[in-house]
Amino acid sequence: MIDFPLLSVLVWLPILGGAILLVMEALGFPDIRPTALVVALATFLLSMLLYTHFDISTAAMQFQELAPWIEAFSVNYHLGVDGISMPLIILTTFTTVLVVLAGWEVIKNKIGQYMAAFLIMEGLMNGVFASLDAVLFYVFWEAMLVPMFLIIGIWGGPRRVYATIKFFLYTFLGSVLMLVALIYMHLQSGAFGILDFHRLPLGMTEQILIFLAFLMAFAVKVPMWPVHTWLPDAHVEAPTGGSVILAAIMLKIGGYGFLRFSLPITPDASHALDWLIILMSLVAVVYIGFVALVQEDMKKLIAYSSIAHMGFVTLGIFLVFTLLDNTGSTGGAALGMEGGMVQMISHGFISGALFLCVGVLYDRLHSRQISDYGGVVNTMPVFAAFMVLFALANSGLPGTSGFVGEFMVIIASFKANFWFAALAATIMILGAAYSLWLVKRVIFGEIANDGVRQLEDINRREFVVLASLAFVVLLFGLWPAPLVEVMHASVDNLLAHVSVSKLPHEAGMALLGNGN
Amino acid sequence: MNIALSEFAPLSTEIFVLTMACIILIIDVFVSDERRIISYVLSLATLLAAALISWNMLDNETAVVLNGTFVSDPMAALLKTSIFLITFGVFMYSRAYLVTRGIFRGEYYVLGLFAVLGMMVLVSAHNLLTIYLGLELLSLSLYALVAFNRDSAQASEAAMKYFVLGALASGMLLYGISMLYGATGSLDIAEITAALSASDEMGMIHIFALCFIVVGLAFKFGAVPFHMWVPDVYHGAPTPVTLFIGSAPKIAAFAMALRLLEQTLGGLAADWQDMLTILAVLSLAIGNVIAIAQTNIKRMLAYSTISHVGFLILGLIAANAEGYSAAMFYAITYALTATGGFGMIILLSRSGFEADQLDDFKGLNERSPWFALMMLILMFSMAGVPPTVGFYAKLSVLQAIIHVDMVWLAVVAVFFSIIGAFYYIRVVKLMYFDEPETEEPLHVSTDLQIVMSLNSLAVLGLGVFPGALLAVCAAVLVA
Repeated sequence: MIDFPLLSVLVWLPILGGAILLVMEALGFPDIRPTALVVALATFLLSMLLYTHFDISTAAMQFQELAPWIEAFSVNYHLGVDGISMPLIILTTFTTVLVVLAGWEVIKNKIGQYMAAFLIMEGLMNGVFASLDAVLFYVFWEAMLVPMFLIIGIWGGPRRVYATIKFFLYTFLGSVLMLVALIYMHLQSGAFGILDFHRLPLGMTEQILIFLAFLMAFAVKVPMWPVHTWLPDAHVEAPTGGSVILAAIMLKIGGYGFLRFSLPITPDASHALDWLIILMSLVAVVYIGFVALVQEDMKKLIAYSSIAHMGFVTLGIFLVFTLLDNTGSTGGAALGMEGGMVQMISHGFISGALFLCVGVLYDRLHSRQISDYGGVVNTMPVFAAFMVLFALANSGLPGTSGFVGEFMVIIASFKANFWFAALAATIMILGAAYSLWLVKRVIFGEIANDGVRQLEDINRREFVVLASLAFVVLLFGLWPAPLVEVMHASVDNLLAHVSVSKLPHEAGMALLGNGN
Repeated sequence: MNIALSEFAPLSTEIFVLTMACIILIIDVFVSDERRIISYVLSLATLLAAALISWNMLDNETAVVLNGTFVSDPMAALLKTSIFLITFGVFMYSRAYLVTRGIFRGEYYVLGLFAVLGMMVLVSAHNLLTIYLGLELLSLSLYALVAFNRDSAQASEAAMKYFVLGALASGMLLYGISMLYGATGSLDIAEITAALSASDEMGMIHIFALCFIVVGLAFKFGAVPFHMWVPDVYHGAPTPVTLFIGSAPKIAAFAMALRLLEQTLGGLAADWQDMLTILAVLSLAIGNVIAIAQTNIKRMLAYSTISHVGFLILGLIAANAEGYSAAMFYAITYALTATGGFGMIILLSRSGFEADQLDDFKGLNERSPWFALMMLILMFSMAGVPPTVGFYAKLSVLQAIIHVDMVWLAVVAVFFSIIGAFYYIRVVKLMYFDEPETEEPLHVSTDLQIVMSLNSLAVLGLGVFPGALLAVCAAVLVA
């Protein structure tokens, strides 16, 4: 087994590395990029130890670390991962390596600060996924905003200031009510441990209020319709690396929050209000899908596509109650939840890849407008192949990872309700429509203008970045077992937990009666 | 009135500071302008030694001496230590500014030390007259400090406003005290408490006294609607004086509130809780909203102070040990953060140029990434974003009021802190996202560099390891 505090290393190594980069830049080192890459790669390789040493047979927290931190508030430095958080940590460390590579030549201004911001953010995001203490979680969750705020604001596009302040305030607004809810539960349970919160008995009114407070925080992060409006702005203005991290990981933190907080802490409120989430998710899938169709800006199109795909995630997660009621077994519910989680990971790869593709084009022609391109395949054949692959994956082509999650969620929603499935399945059509139409307009056709004529195909660095993403997209599309296996035990455990009401017995029965 | 010599032991810090202030005053008369640095170094040494003395008194038993007028308890020791350390920082920040403006005179430091003495008396008061004495010593020193740059019309105006309104507030407080004296026949805190708990119901006179005392306190805190002097004085005073007013006196004001409200009028808690709730909500609302409209960073920080006072008062509203220790933690850490914030204005100023406009922070990251980072930490701490100490200050206050079932008040507080976050991150935006307006490199003296860095890193360090200070704040109230 691992005999050193692996999770702490994954959190603090990148943060320390980021601090070292800042110092190196201040001291005037000529080239700090290799150091950044070494730190990112080391963190990624270390995170693979999580996978190789992970025990898939148990739902218990693994790699736990526990030390008192703020004794006055009974706050502990408590880290640990299960099948829900472990894949997300690896996604984070993997994506950071690509982001460091993607910024290699593109970022001219203050590259040390740029790389440092991404490394520090990597550590903070790992902290979010690994925290088992609510205050620790909240600290990482909020601290994460600071580097992202700077990344968009310093290296972003023309409207970056507007976008980044909107991003910051929106997310801040969502999360402060969560803080109030966390403190409230602390006073009920006497501890800040997330696992203590899971066991905390709560009345229905309390659950509803806590659920809504969490919903504010996580819905903004996911983002769910109608609190999604910060995302297109932030994505469009962020530098490529910022967009990739936003889409691939930050949005997943919202979905993770639902799984780690909302469902297990307030199962009855989640049950009673699941219609709200399902409604918001379906609106996101259908309405935002149409919105994506009409975008003129490539990044905006992918941003809206992200919202629609994340609607699928929340749909899969919150179908569980209908499925439990309808089928009486956890099998169907597990399918929906695992589908949502696979979709999170897969969307992390695919949306990241698409933003990197747009970044490749933007670096050359400095435009994100679809109308400025056309016939790129003629001058950049290798790049075109990648972009087509990722666009197909985005529309859920079988054989790519995009298919697996969507298919699982659609199957689950059929078992829940035909109309849910009918609406959810429109993502297959709409997703294909906007992804393929994007490809048609940008990649295929005649060479549109001189700019496109002079394009050079991707270099070796860009090839490595895109090829590694293509590899995982195809790997998990053809063989999703390694991903799904690690989730099984934790998902079953979570379902067993949420199917037991926290209310006193009679009230719980009455609610179940009404639930149908 | 026999006072044994041993009764003076708990006063050793006060005696030491008083003696040193007088010695420095005399020495300062005889040193030439070129060697003014002697007064400066002596003042710093005094504060450091005083901090050591009072820190050593942290574990002492509570002792009420001098016929019940003076109390030495662990809380007083902790608050005095913080006051010394923060004033130490203030003095270090001030030197460069005073030197470049040709007003590097000993009076600044002597008046500062007397203000510190006033704060100490306030912190240790166990008699309403002692409170008044401490308050006046503090206030009079501050009035003089504001007018310290006598050639500046703006500063004189600010001093006049401060004096008139401050005198009014002192009058209010004194009037309240006199009514309390009339009702209970004593000025001693313990005796008043006993008299109040003996009487079955609270008469009109008690409520009247309470009203005037709360008004006096609110003036000193700068809580809405008694906040009018804050922006004008902060703006008009020379920056080192603004720095001084904005930091350590907040700790003293907290002590005064605790001595008066909790220890004297604890029996009327239900009444003053309601009054403070109004003050707190108004301060949070008006402070945060009006701060957005400011273009002058000193005024912006003044309104920000008002909003922070609102948060601090929330801790008092809880009216239990948890709330008081949260408010104490808030007062100490806010003073630390505010020192850094105003210190940065001094750092950016240079001869003939006041960096007190928000636009002066533009592009600071280009000119000095290190100090931009330091200011970033301070601003996020004021906004309450972890991992800075400001987050834990807010967390502990919120926890205290949620504990007494005032969840709605917590929701109001966090709502306004989002509005507050906007103008703090606007400063970050100016520093990081905008181009600098001047290419002039920063010339920062070594002592300023050291104190600025230590200040900000302390804000960050206390944010990563807040446990010790939180534990001390809780312990001194239990003792």
